[in-house]
Amino acid sequence: MKFRTLMRHIRVGCRNIIRNGWMTIASIGAVTTTLILVSVFLALVLNLNEIAKNIENDVEIKTLVELGTSEEEVIALGKQLEEIDGVEAVTFSSNDEELQGLIDSMGEEGETWELFEQDNPLNHAFVVRAEVPQDTEKIAKEIQSFDNINKVVFGKDVVKQLFEFNNYARVIGIALIVALVFTAIFLISNTIKITIIARSTEIGIMKLVGATNGFIRWPFFIEGLLLGVLGSFIPIAIVLGGYYYLDSAVIDTISFSFVELLPFNPFAWQLSLLVLAIGAIIGVWGSVMSIRKYLKV
Amino acid sequence: MILMKDVYKTYSNGVTALSGINVDIKQGEFVYIVGPSGAGKSTFIKLMYREEKPSSGTILINDMNLAELKNRQIPLLRRKIGVVFQDFKLLPKLTIYENIAYALEVIEEPQANIRKRVMDVLEEVGLKNKARSIPSELSGGEQQRVSIARAIVNRPQIVIADEPTGNLDPDTSWEIMKTFEDINSNGTTIIMATHSKEIVNTMKKRVIAIESSMIVRDEDQGEYGYEI
Ligand SMILES: Nc1ncnc2c1ncn2[C@@H]1O[C@H](COP(=O)(O)OP(=O)(O)OP(=O)(O)O)[C@@H](O)[C@H]1O
Ligand SMILES: [Mg+2]
Repeated sequence: MKFRTLMRHIRVGCRNIIRNGWMTIASIGAVTTTLILVSVFLALVLNLNEIAKNIENDVEIKTLVELGTSEEEVIALGKQLEEIDGVEAVTFSSNDEELQGLIDSMGEEGETWELFEQDNPLNHAFVVRAEVPQDTEKIAKEIQSFDNINKVVFGKDVVKQLFEFNNYARVIGIALIVALVFTAIFLISNTIKITIIARSTEIGIMKLVGATNGFIRWPFFIEGLLLGVLGSFIPIAIVLGGYYYLDSAVIDTISFSFVELLPFNPFAWQLSLLVLAIGAIIGVWGSVMSIRKYLKV
Repeated sequence: MILMKDVYKTYSNGVTALSGINVDIKQGEFVYIVGPSGAGKSTFIKLMYREEKPSSGTILINDMNLAELKNRQIPLLRRKIGVVFQDFKLLPKLTIYENIAYALEVIEEPQANIRKRVMDVLEEVGLKNKARSIPSELSGGEQQRVSIARAIVNRPQIVIADEPTGNLDPDTSWEIMKTFEDINSNGTTIIMATHSKEIVNTMKKRVIAIESSMIVRDEDQGEYGYEI
């Protein structure tokens, strides 16, 4: 195909979009609605995925040492912990460090805790990290049987629930996305079909004059591409705006230590690109499907 | 130029529309195809632009054997022949200019050439002032002239027409015939199926008569030969 013919197809595709008026708006509306839903689901699923992954990588066992344990015993306990099978690292955190961490994490309110700096009520702690996250529970049990242990803490339930929730969300989200995409394709191909009631006659005429299938298909391809791209503008604006808001405002108030959203840059941009691509595919597919039948023979 | 040898056409429903057709049409001829309704005239025309494939036999158009033509080569054939129909077959949403330009766009002509050629043929058929109209804004005769303009815009050596005056009143029909004569006088071969006794008898051209799927008569400067 010559360059000027490509330009011709682009021109005709744009012309059809303008001439089809309301049908164009209906098609763009279908793409827009779908993409808004798709992008919300994608943002949700991908973030849950990320959170779960963070937690998974982040499963630590916090071992609180009994108050009044002597320094030697603490050192011995540290050695003992390091020797457990499947332990990757053991970090010691003295009661002063624990208090400082508490004060830091509380912000303003933390200041009241500073009173305790003289007479620290907290335990020394060891943070034990398993080589494989799945071993966490087993190792925690083993630690429990050691001497001088006050408490063994790890986020067992949180982890389990999140994993389960995430799996459901993923399956449901993907099913919904697929369903939505197909609905949109169907809507577009229908809208485009309606735009030329006697489409088969028209395609017959084009062929009579010597047009190849490719020549006939190209403007539809361009038209679909444009419908998809135009339909993705509002969803992309929502993704960028909404995610920016979430990332900056909401996260401050939630402040779960383990909830950390994917960073706006690059995630929101990548998601926007994905939404654009899905829009383009929906548009092209819907549009090319609508004439496929007539191009045979 | 156009050669049919032992051509048979049987449709999938078992109707034999053409049997044992032999014709030889030279460059620049003007040929009428006449005969009763259902005789096979349209089928004869359809074979030439490869709307239908012959069941057997050979059809040569400029050394292209249509019996062996591959589907993807059909557009190439159609770019070499102009076709005109009773129902005009214009694209309803496109302007007159765009309808005619389409035939040049498919052969990837540069824009400037397209402009010039389209304006030239519109001048030729006397519709220069209608370039921006759409087909439904034109009379039947004008629409037919647009479809003729489209058929000749890329200067084909052959123009085939199936009852091009079938929907037109006598005066308009004569205008259309005048246009075809002009095209023919430039050396373009014209093959036209028609039911118009008046036109055939007045114009005195070669006449091929088909009856019940067979050629029953083929004479130069022939007569229509049927009562209506
Ligand atoms: N697509 C088709 N499928 C099956 N049979 C067909 C088809 N087209 C035409 N026929 C049959 O073939 C025969 C010849 O038809 P054709 O259209 O060639 O006649 P015609 O001479 O053009 O008639 P008319 O003067 O009425 O236009 C008729 O019996 C017709 O019913
Ligand atoms: Mg006929």
